[in-house]
Amino acid sequence: MTNPLLEMTQIQKSFSGVQVLTDAGFSLESGEVHALMGENGAGKSTLMKILGGIYRKDGGRVRVSGVEREISDPREATGLGIAMIHQELNLIPHLSVMENLFLGREFVFGRTGWIRWNRMKEEAKKWLEQLEMDLDPSVKTGDLSVGQQQMVEIAKALSLEAKILVLDEPTAALTNREIESLFNVIRSLKKQGVGMIYISHRMEEIFEICDRITVMRDGETVGTRVSSETDMDELVRMMVGRKIKNRYPRNPVMPGEERLCVEGLTRKGEVKDVSFSIRQGEIVGLAGLMGAGRTETADLLFGVRKPDSGTIRIDGHEVRIRRPEDAIRHGIAYVTEDRKQEGLVLPLSLRENLALPNLRSLSAWGVIHRQKEARLTEETVETLSVKTSGPEQEVRTLSGGNQQKVVIGKWLATSPRVLILDEPTRGVDIGAKEEIYRLMDRLAREGLAILLISSDLPEVLGMSDRVLVMHEGRITGQFDKDEATQENVMKAASGGEV
Amino acid sequence: MQTQLKSSGMQVSWVQKVGPLLGLGVIVVALSLISRDFLSITNIFNVLRQISINALLAFGMTFVILTGGIDLSVGSILALSGAFSAGMLASGMDPVLAILTGVAAGTLMGAVNGVLVTKGRVAPFIATLATMTIFRGLTLVYTEGRPIAYENDLFSMLGKGYFLEIPIPVIWMLISFFILYFVLKNTTFGRHVYAIGGNEEAAMLSGIRTHRVKVWVYAISGLFASLAGVILTARLNSAQPTAGTSYELDAIAAVVIGGTSLAGGRGWIVGTLIGAMIIGVLDNGLNLLNVSSFYQQVVKGGVILLAVLLDRSKKS
Repeated sequence: MTNPLLEMTQIQKSFSGVQVLTDAGFSLESGEVHALMGENGAGKSTLMKILGGIYRKDGGRVRVSGVEREISDPREATGLGIAMIHQELNLIPHLSVMENLFLGREFVFGRTGWIRWNRMKEEAKKWLEQLEMDLDPSVKTGDLSVGQQQMVEIAKALSLEAKILVLDEPTAALTNREIESLFNVIRSLKKQGVGMIYISHRMEEIFEICDRITVMRDGETVGTRVSSETDMDELVRMMVGRKIKNRYPRNPVMPGEERLCVEGLTRKGEVKDVSFSIRQGEIVGLAGLMGAGRTETADLLFGVRKPDSGTIRIDGHEVRIRRPEDAIRHGIAYVTEDRKQEGLVLPLSLRENLALPNLRSLSAWGVIHRQKEARLTEETVETLSVKTSGPEQEVRTLSGGNQQKVVIGKWLATSPRVLILDEPTRGVDIGAKEEIYRLMDRLAREGLAILLISSDLPEVLGMSDRVLVMHEGRITGQFDKDEATQENVMKAASGGEV
Repeated sequence: MQTQLKSSGMQVSWVQKVGPLLGLGVIVVALSLISRDFLSITNIFNVLRQISINALLAFGMTFVILTGGIDLSVGSILALSGAFSAGMLASGMDPVLAILTGVAAGTLMGAVNGVLVTKGRVAPFIATLATMTIFRGLTLVYTEGRPIAYENDLFSMLGKGYFLEIPIPVIWMLISFFILYFVLKNTTFGRHVYAIGGNEEAAMLSGIRTHRVKVWVYAISGLFASLAGVILTARLNSAQPTAGTSYELDAIAAVVIGGTSLAGGRGWIVGTLIGAMIIGVLDNGLNLLNVSSFYQQVVKGGVILLAVLLDRSKKS
C-alpha cells in the first residue's frame, strides 16, 4: 500500500495551559476530498493552523507523502505544497488579478525588478483557464464577486504547485451558481490528484462533494466515515455526543392578528413592489439567492435604507421609518447578517453591547441606570444561556454561537413585536443552532412575528410556517408549509414563475 | 457564573489603567530626588497651571479620538476664540458676555468640523487639517496679525487668579475633568461615543444617530479648545495671533500616553489627565534641571513612543 498524501496522528496542542487538541488526526489520500466536521471550538481550525505552520504542535506526527515533517512556519508549508483558502480572503482588493496571483514572485526582466506585464498576463490566463474561468487578469480584484475571488485564490494555490488544499467554509458567501462551479473545480482537481480538506457546517454539501468525513469533538478525533456509508443523524450524534431528536423544533400555533403588513415596498434597483404580511405567532421565511434583495428588504423595514415608495403597517397603524431609531420605537428588531460587522461592537463588553439598543429605557435624563443595566444583562445571559465569564467580558472573546446569542439578546431586550433574523445561524455550530431554533419557536408562540431570512434552504423549510421567495428584487413565490418544497422554492428563486 | 471586576472604566484593562499612573509616579519620584524644588507646593501648582491648557484640549480630543477621529484644529480654535473674547473686551463688552461669545464661537467651529466629517464625509484628519488652516487664517485676519490687548481685572482673574490658593485654571481643569468623566462613564451619550468608535455600523443599526453624536463630539472638542483659549488670553492679558500653534500635538500626545486607542472605542479620560500630567511634569522637571529645550523635545518624543510600545506589548 502506498503512503497517504497526508497523515496527521495524535496531534496535541495547548495554549497557556488549556489543552485545545488532545488526540486529533486524520489522513488524506491524493485525489480525495476529506471533510472535517465538528462544532465551533472542536479544534478544526487549530489543527489546520498546525498543518499550515501557523502554530507548532506539542506532540504527535505530521507525515506528508510518508515523510515525517516538522512544519515550523507558513513558508515551509507552502514549500510542501500545502495551501489554505480561508474564509477571509487574502487578496489585495486594489491590485489586479494577475498581480495578486504572482504577488512576491512577479515575472521580471533579469534582476531589474522591471515587471514583464505581457508574460504575467499570459501565465495568469493559463492558470485561470485551468479552472475554466474566463476572466481578464488585469481586472481589479476588488471588483470581482466573492466566488470569483475565491477561484483566484485557488488558482494562486495551484500555481504554487499545491498538492494539499485546505478549504475553510468555502461556500459561506457564495451563490448557488458559484457553489456549483466551485464543485466542478473541486471535481477536476480530484482527477489531477490534489487532496482537499473541506471544512463546512453544511451537511448537504459535504455529502455531495466529500469522499470521507472526519468528525472532531473537544480536541479529539471521534471517528472517520465514508460518506456513502453514513448519514446526517450519525454525524450529528458524533459531533454533539448525543442524539438530537428534531433538527427543526417548530411547533406552529394558530396565528393571531396581522402584525406587520408591507405594501408595494420599492427602492430603485434593489427592491421592486414587495408586499407581504406576517401575523402574530408566525414565522415567515424569506428565501432567495444572494443579491435577490432579501437583506435590502430588511434594511428598508428597519430604516437603514430609505424606500422610494411603499407603506409599512404595524398592528394596523401605518408607520414612518426613516432611521433605525424609528424602527426600534415601533417595535421592530433586526438581527443583522454579519454579527461582527453589523451586530456587535467588538471591543465593548457583553453588558455594553446588550444595553446598546436599550439605552433609552435604561436611562433617565441621559444618565444610565446602572442597576437596571445590570439586571438586563443578568436576565439575558440567563434566558439565552450565554456562556461567559461575566458581564464585563469583551464580546470579541466569545465563541461564534455565544456572540450570536448576544446579538439576539440585545434585540429581545427591546421587547419587539416584529423580529427580523438575517442568516441567524451562519457560522454557528449545531448545538447553538438548535438552541436558536428553539428560541425562535418559543418567541413565535409568545406572539412575536418573525421574518427569517436564510440561504440555508432546509432551515427555511424546517422553521417557517410560510415561505416567501425573492428573485431580482421581487417576490416570485409564496408557499404554505405543505407546498414549500426544495424544488418549488429553488424554481421561484431562480426566476421561474410557479 | 462568576462576576469579573465590577463595572469600572470602559474596557480598559487593569494594566492599561495602572500603566500611565505608574509612569507618572516614577517620573515624579525621580525628579523629586534630583531636584529639591520639585515637590514644593508652589511648584506643584505651577505645574498644574501649566498643564491646564493642554489638559482642556486633550479632554475634548479624547472624545474625538474615542469615536475613531482626530481633531487637528484645536490650536487654531483656541487662538480664534481667544481673539474674539479679547476683541469683545477691548471694545468694552461685559467680561462674562465676552467669555460666552468666545466659547460659543469655539463650539460652533467644532460643530463645523463635525458636519464636514459626517455630512461631508471628509476624513477627520483632512477636514480638521483644512479647518486648522482656515481658523488660523481667520485669527490673523481678525487680529490683523497683532496681539489684542485689553484691560479687565475680572477677566484676567480667570487666568491668573487663585481660589483658596488654587490657581483658577486648575479649578477649570478639574471641574471639566469630573463632568466629562461622568459623561463618558454614566450617560447614554458617553456610551454612544464608545459604540461609534468600536463599530460605527453596529452603533447605527442599534438606533444610535451616529452623525448627530459625532457633530456633538467635535463641538465638545471645540468648546474645550475655546475655553482653553479664553483662559490663555486671560493669563497673558492679551490674545496672540499665533497662540496655540501646534498645541494639537501635545493634546494628542496626552490622549495617547493615557492609553486611549487611536482606532477608537477604547480608552478613558483619567488616562488623558495623567498623560497631560506626565508631559507637564517632564517639561517642568527638565526645566528645573536646566536641560536645554532642544533635548526636552527629544525626551518628550521618547516618552510618547515608550507609552505606545508598552501598550502594544501589553495587548499581545
